[in-house]
Amino acid sequence: MRKPALSDDILMRVEKPARYIGNEVNSVVKDKEQVAIRFAMCFPDVYEIGMSHLGIQIIYSMLNEWEDVWCERVYSPWVDLDEIMRKRHIPLFGLESQEPVKDMDFLGITIQYEMCYTNILQILDLAQIPLSAKERGEDMPIVIGGGPCAYNPEPIAEFFDLFYIGEGETQYRPLFDWYLENRAAGGTRLDFLRGAAKIPGIYVPQFYEELYREDGTILGRKKLYEDLPDTITKELVMDVTSAPYPLKPVVPFIKVTQDRVVLEIQRGCIRGCRFCQAGQLYRPVRERDADKLKEYAAAMLESTGHEEISLSSLSSSDYTQLNELLDFMIGDCGRKHVNISLPSLRIDAFSLDVMSKVQDVKKSSLTFAPEAGSQRLRDVINKGLTEEVILKGAALAFEGGWTRVKLYFMLGLPTETEEDVRGIGDLSNKIAATFFDTVPKEKRVNGKVQIVTSTSFFIPKPFTPFQWAAMCTKEEFIDKAYQTKQGIMEQLNQKSIKYNWHEADVSVLEGVFARGDRRVAKVILEAYKRGCLFDSWSEYFHNDVWLSCFADCGPDIGFYTTRERAEDEIFPWDFIDCGVTKEFLLREWKKAQAQAVSPNCKEQCQGCGASRFGVGVCHERKTGNHL
Amino acid sequence: MKIRIKFAKYGVMKFIGHLDMMRFFQKAIRRAGIDIRYSEGFSPHQIMSFAAPLGVGIESCGEYMDIEVLSMTSAEDMKQALNRVMVEGVEILSVNVMPDNVKNAMASVAAASYRIAMKAEDFQGNPAPAVFPIGDLAGKLREFYSQETIPYTKETKKSVAELDLKQGLYELETDSDGAIRMLVNAGSSGNIKPTMVFDKFCEFAGMDVSQDACQVTRLEIYTDQAKDGEPHRFVPLSDVGEQG
Repeated sequence: MRKPALSDDILMRVEKPARYIGNEVNSVVKDKEQVAIRFAMCFPDVYEIGMSHLGIQIIYSMLNEWEDVWCERVYSPWVDLDEIMRKRHIPLFGLESQEPVKDMDFLGITIQYEMCYTNILQILDLAQIPLSAKERGEDMPIVIGGGPCAYNPEPIAEFFDLFYIGEGETQYRPLFDWYLENRAAGGTRLDFLRGAAKIPGIYVPQFYEELYREDGTILGRKKLYEDLPDTITKELVMDVTSAPYPLKPVVPFIKVTQDRVVLEIQRGCIRGCRFCQAGQLYRPVRERDADKLKEYAAAMLESTGHEEISLSSLSSSDYTQLNELLDFMIGDCGRKHVNISLPSLRIDAFSLDVMSKVQDVKKSSLTFAPEAGSQRLRDVINKGLTEEVILKGAALAFEGGWTRVKLYFMLGLPTETEEDVRGIGDLSNKIAATFFDTVPKEKRVNGKVQIVTSTSFFIPKPFTPFQWAAMCTKEEFIDKAYQTKQGIMEQLNQKSIKYNWHEADVSVLEGVFARGDRRVAKVILEAYKRGCLFDSWSEYFHNDVWLSCFADCGPDIGFYTTRERAEDEIFPWDFIDCGVTKEFLLREWKKAQAQAVSPNCKEQCQGCGASRFGVGVCHERKTGNHL
Repeated sequence: MKIRIKFAKYGVMKFIGHLDMMRFFQKAIRRAGIDIRYSEGFSPHQIMSFAAPLGVGIESCGEYMDIEVLSMTSAEDMKQALNRVMVEGVEILSVNVMPDNVKNAMASVAAASYRIAMKAEDFQGNPAPAVFPIGDLAGKLREFYSQETIPYTKETKKSVAELDLKQGLYELETDSDGAIRMLVNAGSSGNIKPTMVFDKFCEFAGMDVSQDACQVTRLEIYTDQAKDGEPHRFVPLSDVGEQG
């Protein structure tokens, strides 16, 4: 048995030692003497969160399929172990080998949300790797960033040797081949990075400089070498059905957030909601073949022993083979005592029928995400969900026996008025009223309906039509949440409605990081030095520390959040080509202000630019303009 | 059909708690394709019960769980099928088909034997002498055990209780490796933990050894086949039913 990196006395003292021992079913152990490349794949949050991420499992499985590569997993040590590792100078280790990350060739970090930025620094620091890429010596691992936040890498650019922009399945082999070639030729770290910068999708931030105007906006970028690309185009899997898939995912010992088999049915989304970054980044929509997914389901249930299976996608109801797949799952999984957990489906007769087959109607709740309280504002954000559809779906559901409904809204959307905010309470009330209209008194379970209305605060994200928009201040957010609460309290059915809202402080910071530039890095570094860590965990989020770091380091929060951008402003992320063009996003921004909706990709092509990849929904349409 | 499975748990697996071990076995049984019986109802669960939870940090070569199956080829096949889907540190030692009238493992538990040894490494991973720092261990253990009573104050968050460890301490001796072995009451009433005995012994012998420096291993779990009034007749839980 491999010797654990942590001694017994440490493992006995920390919460959930299973986070650190590896040895899980389907984890891959190789002979380190027989591999040429050692790769540490990191999700910079606690084990239970990181282990629930499908992307890591895909890359882990793909890399370990290659004989010359050993990929291991790394997660953020929780605060208890963090303290011990610092005190005793224990270097961060890979779970599989239990050996230091600093001795490996690569450290790949997936960056799924902005509030993990201090955790990235924790990973580097505990691994005993210099935080700044420029300070790393020849023997240090190459630190790679990927995932959605890599689409605006600038706030964390100085901490990474390179970023991999786009889907991870495509360029690791060329990157590794170049690494081996360079090593065999006795090349340096710099030589490697110079060559890597020419691989599609790879961005080496230290070879570029950001230049600013006097007003603080970006003037342009300067490259250190003439042969570097000006634009980095995202990587994309052309054929998702034949792409690698983890048929033997690692099975954790402890309960994690996503403790089930996950089938990714498609990538991308046809909807084009204007606030949604994922809906733009993963264009065009590409479906996996249902027959292949059935095979995967069987193989993964057998290799893991999981008792639950779930579908994953941005909008499962749009998957054209959904009926076929669900029929199969209900039949096959039911026989094997496997539960089916359904993703959020659009509520209609079909989905309610499916749900009633796989869930206990009395215990489960229905989810609607209108995102905005009024039709006017839903048109602004291009959320094609009408009040009529919601009420009709709710009535059907209440007839079917459901009594619990969850509603999700955003506050602070562009053009939002008091009337839009009041609409949240009105809609919640109408749904409750629908229950009382639909279900006769004698049939009401416990005589009541439970509506849970939740709001989050809108944060403009890069590569969305709202990337130009102003974000609200903390005070505006809190006022809007208060108005929402008042609006609900005034409703006739207010006793049936419970209201939850999100913290405003952390949203403001997320807004800074989302649209930040390189000048934000020093704040992140300073906050980390002053003890900020696990900022996405409300009990560890210290807003006062962050505010003092902004005050001491210089950048003005409002410059990044509340400032509406001019149409011709150069954004920090403009050098990345995510598939959709800035012209398209600007058109959508203007349409939003005119409250004009855009049809989805299947109805009519909007000419976003993603059709040039030559795959997916863009080339399956039978009608519409082809741009 | 009732099946009794005996397994060992060691190495890093000692850090996996009881509930997580149950989850581990639920998934392992699916991976092994065992035709286990499920309960009725909207969310059926596997019919499975463990003899006695093992504390985190303790190793064992005598853990037991009972399951019910609808069909099987042979006990040996089942043992092999399970061992194929285990991880390093969990090993299926035996699979027994039990008579239908047998009490389940948990209700059968009467006693358990333990071994406490010095770890061969100190807390920083450096080699350490794997024997207790005491001259005549066997003699001291005898002297300790020959006491009429061994009072022990058990403190929990809610209460303080006075126990007599002697009542539940059936055997105490040293083995050829210089470790301490004991057989203690592990039943539903009057059970005692091996560490209670060890703490009291350290105090008695004036031996300064922290629990961190020791490895506790559960060796076996026993049922008591004595009839009322007879002296204890401890039999390993696996010695009931047909061996596979």
